Amino acid sequence: MDRTQLLLTLSIALFCLGLVGVMIRRNALVMLMCMELMLNGVVLSLVTFAAHSGTLSGAVLVFLVFVVAAAEIGIAIPIVLLLARQRHTLDVGAYSGLKG
Amino acid sequence: MSVETLLLYFFAATSLAGGVLMLVARHPMRVALALISSMLSLGAIYAILGVHVIAVFQVLIYVGAVMVFMVYVIMLLDVRDASFLDRYGRAIVPSVAAAALLAMALGVAVSRGRIITAAELSGLHPGRSPAEFGVQPFSVEFLEGYWLHFELTSVLLLAAVVAAIAVIKAGRRHDG
Repeated sequence: MDRTQLLLTLSIALFCLGLVGVMIRRNALVMLMCMELMLNGVVLSLVTFAAHSGTLSGAVLVFLVFVVAAAEIGIAIPIVLLLARQRHTLDVGAYSGLKG
Repeated sequence: MSVETLLLYFFAATSLAGGVLMLVARHPMRVALALISSMLSLGAIYAILGVHVIAVFQVLIYVGAVMVFMVYVIMLLDVRDASFLDRYGRAIVPSVAAAALLAMALGVAVSRGRIITAAELSGLHPGRSPAEFGVQPFSVEFLEGYWLHFELTSVLLLAAVVAAIAVIKAGRRHDG
């Protein structure tokens, strides 16, 4: 198998594993980590294409994606902390009142 | 088969194994450790691809900052609730089926599609040589071509810090 094709397949597999995790796990923190896995899979495909085409702009874009991911996790974790403090649980079933 | 290809297969396998372990592990700390091993394998893959700057950032930002934060929160919130005793929600069969369908569709697209070769790509943009991904070319390209985006990331991080503080303050007001 071609190297690019192998890495794209790995990226698809990681994305889908993360997607399964977000959908089936009940723990809010675990769901957050599965989202990180999905993001990592997508970033892998971005890096693969950047290395394949030999463009530095791709690497710059990956760096910017990393910064956005750090900001995202910096907001998501306080929200999960707040939810856990109010309901005393991390089970997403207990947050069903948020459906509105 | 060269050593690089073997290493590529090895790290691809370990990152996949980390992803599978994340689905079956019970304690959030084990999930976090599986995710860290998966991310480290991805960093190794980036290093094999020659994109050393991104490999370093993967280890520094993801494993160093994001996952340490995550592990810290897991230690802070050691709650043994219903989600600890019963790992999976109700919609496990349709979720797995949907994700498998998506994986199959994307996999067929990747295996059937033809990936444009580097030679064809340089034909599209004549006069451009493939870049090297060292620290120096990366920094020059970054700070000459994308300095505005670099400055904008600092604004984004500042906004994230303010938002995090606001969220914590809002929670305190609600409790008090």
